[in-house]
Amino acid sequence: MSADDLETLRKDGTPLDESGLDAALAEGPVCDEDVVIRLDDVCKGFGSGSRRIDPVKGITLLVERGKTLVIIGPSGTGKSVTLRLMLGLLEPDSGEVTVFGQKLSALDNVQLGEIRKRMAMLFQGGALFDSMTVGENVAFPMRAAGEKDEDKIQSVVAERLRQVGLPDTQDKMPSELSGGMKKRAALARSIATRPEVILYDEPTTGLDPIMSDAIADLILDTHASLKDTNVTSIVVTHDMHVATKVGDRIVMLYGGRIVGDGPPELYRRLGTEELPKDASDMDRMIRQFVRGEADGPIQTVA
Amino acid sequence: MRNPAIITDWQTAPQLLSALLFACEFNYDRRNWATYVMYNQIVRLGRSVSDGLRGVGEIAILLWQCIKWLTRGLPYKRETIQQFYFIGVQSLPVILTTGAFTGAVLAYTSYNQFVTLGVESWTGAIVAKAQVWQLGPVLVGLMLAGRVGCSITAELGTMNVTEQVDALDTMGTDPVRYLVLPRVLASFFMTPVLTVFAMLIGIIAGLVMTVFILGAEWHFQWSQIEDWMVPYDYVQGLSKGLVFGVTISLICCRNGLKTTGGAEGVGKATTAANVSSCIAILILNLVMSILLFYLEPVWDTVAYAVDTAWLTLVGWVRALFGSGAL
Repeated sequence: MSADDLETLRKDGTPLDESGLDAALAEGPVCDEDVVIRLDDVCKGFGSGSRRIDPVKGITLLVERGKTLVIIGPSGTGKSVTLRLMLGLLEPDSGEVTVFGQKLSALDNVQLGEIRKRMAMLFQGGALFDSMTVGENVAFPMRAAGEKDEDKIQSVVAERLRQVGLPDTQDKMPSELSGGMKKRAALARSIATRPEVILYDEPTTGLDPIMSDAIADLILDTHASLKDTNVTSIVVTHDMHVATKVGDRIVMLYGGRIVGDGPPELYRRLGTEELPKDASDMDRMIRQFVRGEADGPIQTVA
Repeated sequence: MRNPAIITDWQTAPQLLSALLFACEFNYDRRNWATYVMYNQIVRLGRSVSDGLRGVGEIAILLWQCIKWLTRGLPYKRETIQQFYFIGVQSLPVILTTGAFTGAVLAYTSYNQFVTLGVESWTGAIVAKAQVWQLGPVLVGLMLAGRVGCSITAELGTMNVTEQVDALDTMGTDPVRYLVLPRVLASFFMTPVLTVFAMLIGIIAGLVMTVFILGAEWHFQWSQIEDWMVPYDYVQGLSKGLVFGVTISLICCRNGLKTTGGAEGVGKATTAANVSSCIAILILNLVMSILLFYLEPVWDTVAYAVDTAWLTLVGWVRALFGSGAL
């Protein structure tokens, strides 16, 4: 594989590396209506003084409507923080997050709540409410959105649970479910209100490879079943199998910055084929991560 | 030479405190052991003061958010009823037990002292005063801080570390409205009710102890209670209960929502919430006792005005009926 091949691969996708936002907009691969989430040079840090850490150091990213964006990268590189910034669960230290054309920094809590009702998030541990049954968990976002028709709620709950392969579990408590079942139930809750954007925070962490693949299929099925709402999916994962299976575009973060951006094919080939001698550090980083090697430009702490 | 591990926390302290800590840091010399120890103590003190002030500020903000949500509509019905049941009904056995044994032991001790002075007929009244003024509200507060407060912090803390609070947020449900408001409302209404139960059971237990076990005369005990107790005593006790209830729930909710660090974090937050609540109750009890003492004349004036207005109204109505105008 030559450097030119790699460049061609990048252009086949929707290449937007960290320095390329303005250029991309000028070229016009996406227009404003197609962009559901936009991050403009967003930075976020925690703590102060010697204890300060900066997981996000200037991320610029456009997320296109109807596509599945996968964010990969080693632990502690700001993937989950980026997801929380998109939802407005965290406020950026600098930069701007725009969702559905509205700048989150300009919204009050009520307006932010309305934006969030159009989105859903699948948390790493499922985040099912312990005190409620599975059915009540799935019904929760509908009730929160003001749905009063109990018959309709129950039929949607049954339908969503069937969709994720958990029929007849309405009356079970979350503690009675296995890890994989919890994630499925959480996914059912996420899609209960047919959101326009679904964010998946490490959906396969802690699951065996078969269950991981099943969850990846579920993400694809969910995306297909919500095609009418032109749903956008953003998946944060370490799992390259899941990333290449579900993603239309994969962004790699390292050190709080975007180091790679391209279609799954780019990552597959970087992982399998020999790199050209003049390959960039970014390509070497992607290759190291995809192949799961300890040696390489990505610094690991043993 | 400065120790880099301990130089940065002044940044989070309020400005004056920062200046003080900065001055200490500037003069810090690691070679001098005494200076080192003193410096660390000052930093620790500064951090505690800073954390305490921040905590008070956050609790005030939480209270303000609760009031704001109340003005926008009713709280979540199901959650609120659950909390009323949990805080009110389920706390009753422990409150009754505490009140009864405290009243009984107070009566036993007082009676044996008063008997030597020949004023054993005061026992019932002393027990009643103590129960209504101090023991009832304070013991209810402390027991609720243990039973309810710890539970609130542990529940909310666990929800926080398992991302359930974030999940609420992502579904457009404000955690303050869904989690905090029902608990604060339930504490606000149920703590005074529990205080009444604690007062009553304490007085009854005291009477049972003095009359049936120690053999005192019922008539004297009861007539002293009737003579000594005034409505303002109950106002004092109930207002304390109300303030303690809200304080406990706010402190514990705040600690729960600030919990980080998994199971260990939940444990630490729960302990901190319990200690903070108990200390807050004891401090507030002193402040309120002094304040309510000085407010008694105001109460008397208001009570007299209301009483007079009521009697005047009754007089007018009687005059109206008596004159045959209606």
